[in-house]
Amino acid sequence: MTPPKKNPIVALFASVELALFLIFCLAATSIIGTLIPQNNIQEFYIEKYGLKTANLLRILDIPDMYNSWWFIALLALFSLNLMVCSLERIPQVIRTIRRDGLMVRPEQLEKFPFHQMETVSIVPGEAILRVTSLFHAHGWTTRAADKDNGRLLFAEKGAWTRFGVYVVHCSILIILTGAVVGSSTVAHKILRNPHFAFKGSVMLPETETADHVTAFKSGERLGLGFTVRCDRFTIEFYPNGMPKTYRSRVTVIDGGQSVLSTDIEVNRPLTYKGVTFYQSSYQPFQRYTVALKKQGAPEESTTVISPAKQMDWREAGVSYGIINRESQGEITRRLKVWFSDNQGEPSTFWVNVGQEAIIERPSGKYQFRAQQVYATGLQVAKDPGVWLVYGGCLLMLVGLYIAFFLSHRKIYAFIQPGAEGTNILFAGEANKNKVGFSEKFSELISKLEK
Amino acid sequence: MDSSQFFGVTMIAYLLAAAFYLGLFLFKHPRIGFIGMVLALSGVIVQTAAIGLRWYESYQMGAGHAPLTNMYESLVFFAWCTTLFYLIMEYRFKVRVMGAFVMPCVAVAMAYASFSDRIDSQISPLIPALQSNWLIAHVVTCFIGYGAFAMAGGLGVMHLLKQSTQNKKASAASLFASLPELKVIDDLTHKTIVFGFMWLSAGIITGAIWANEAWGTYWSWDPKETWSIITWFMYALTLHARFTRGWRGNRIAWLAIIGFIAVFFTYFGVNFFLSGLHSYGSS
Ligand code: HEM
Repeated sequence: MTPPKKNPIVALFASVELALFLIFCLAATSIIGTLIPQNNIQEFYIEKYGLKTANLLRILDIPDMYNSWWFIALLALFSLNLMVCSLERIPQVIRTIRRDGLMVRPEQLEKFPFHQMETVSIVPGEAILRVTSLFHAHGWTTRAADKDNGRLLFAEKGAWTRFGVYVVHCSILIILTGAVVGSSTVAHKILRNPHFAFKGSVMLPETETADHVTAFKSGERLGLGFTVRCDRFTIEFYPNGMPKTYRSRVTVIDGGQSVLSTDIEVNRPLTYKGVTFYQSSYQPFQRYTVALKKQGAPEESTTVISPAKQMDWREAGVSYGIINRESQGEITRRLKVWFSDNQGEPSTFWVNVGQEAIIERPSGKYQFRAQQVYATGLQVAKDPGVWLVYGGCLLMLVGLYIAFFLSHRKIYAFIQPGAEGTNILFAGEANKNKVGFSEKFSELISKLEK
Repeated sequence: MDSSQFFGVTMIAYLLAAAFYLGLFLFKHPRIGFIGMVLALSGVIVQTAAIGLRWYESYQMGAGHAPLTNMYESLVFFAWCTTLFYLIMEYRFKVRVMGAFVMPCVAVAMAYASFSDRIDSQISPLIPALQSNWLIAHVVTCFIGYGAFAMAGGLGVMHLLKQSTQNKKASAASLFASLPELKVIDDLTHKTIVFGFMWLSAGIITGAIWANEAWGTYWSWDPKETWSIITWFMYALTLHARFTRGWRGNRIAWLAIIGFIAVFFTYFGVNFFLSGLHSYGSS
């Protein structure tokens, strides 16, 4: 099969032995990174493993092994192997597919893994018609040729499924390409355009805006080309105190105009102009936004206050302040508030953060609501390769299905006058699931009227 | 009755099924095997009801979600998938004695889920990161794969036992006489690995999509992810060794066993041995 003079390097990369070796190496070396903590500072490794070992680890890039030159090289060799091996075999597959079933010599049929002889009491012409229409009725399109002293019918299905393997192999290459296209390291170091693909984050206090993010690896500030504002950040809890929802209300401002306002939650990112914002963290401040309203009066006041500070709302002639707090970590659950309209003793009361309290005073009823001030932490990613990755994944599943569960099947019938009527020699082969194929074929033959 | 009682019944059914299948293996009496099959089947039916009930209960508690979100629920689901997969195989290929190699594994998983104090069986609400339909797709696809790989591992053990006694003393050989032909075991091992590989691939892919939806990276080489790809590589290696190098029999049996060890480590080991290193990965 192999041409006599083949370049030894091509031969090496076309070999499955190399593939087995490389897959084994990838699997084995990947273990290292799960045993040795990744991406810590050098001091960490010195403390944990000692100076000598830590230096050795650094020389081998173990602290960031999945991005190390040798691991990437392994992946590159693997890709090259996959490519060369597949390219070398595809012409062979095309030849196999093109091979004409009618070229088979009738006596070869008896050597097929599945073959069965039937004798019918009709003339050969009639038998040819019956077999042809039986095959047709089950979706086999036959072709025929005269051979020796009989007629050979041939049909095949699923020749294209022989490409299934190559669909899988190709999908792996597409996924890896997608990973390269979307890599911030490639954008930064090779394309020299960090805006092409990046991962970063931004911490955005409520009501403030940002038009850039901080890239993770390089720490660079990357302009977004538009502005985002965090309008509000909220946390909801389950009754047992576990967090239920982290939600940021954000507005995108582009060209000086608000183009959209939406909620970002974990698992519900926002994508704008190829940049995706993910809810990833938050920062509570020890400050509170207080909304006050006097019932029956048009005025309202919204102010940010700190604990133990007196606030005056002059228009309404009231003063208030926070005198105590109940917190879980840095998250305030309840506030104790004093409130006075300068008529009689001030009111003091506890109120849950985010809930409204009604204060009855000689001068009227007041609605009071306090909200803790937060900053929302958004992870920001631009990954132009992700659709290649997704496409490759889909292709892989389709390819695996074709490669594993569909087969190339060929059936033959050789019809020839015999001593007691007409002899029909059926034969067939499939490249996969041979047993299932034989059963199906034999069932088909049993339907032939004799 | 609540779901935990149903799960208790399931566990007993599986333990008994395992015992009867082992009985079939040792004493070769077809009726023992039949009882084993009936027990396993009843176990699966009760368990299906239990899973449905637990799902319903979670809604009643105001924490509604599919019961696939913590170690307890995943172990239970693993037991369910493996038993169901096994029963379908038994029905299709009519090899009942395989149960002796699969059901003990299921019974242990179920008993461990129920009794280990490391495992919390409470229904708890979902933290924000887990609130995703991709989570369900991810767990279901992975565990169908794991079920198949557990089966393949059991078949591998079966193959090695049978092979090792083929040329030996008559007494040992007769113990294993009830096992299917080596060629049949080999073929079934291959078929289950192929099936499992397809689902494991789907499981890794859905997991990657989920990660990308939740925090913007489809692959971060976290230990759990890394171990899943190591497992995937192992099975890819097994398939290629068979397809292109013509490996059969004991070698594939060993690879099926090693593959299942990798699955087991991905599923448990990472949480228990490597969890100190990275914070997430407990689903
Ligand atoms: C881990 C990545 C890989 C995966 C998931 C994969 C997947 C597959 C699958 C599903 C088959 C189907 C076998 C069948 O049903 O006939 C196959 C066959 C094959 N693969 Fe791969 N493959 C991988 C890597 C490689 C590499 C690196 C090579 C490079 C030499 C390679 C060479 C082959 C060959 C020669 C066949 C047999 C094709 C035939 O049947 O004629 N594979 N592969």
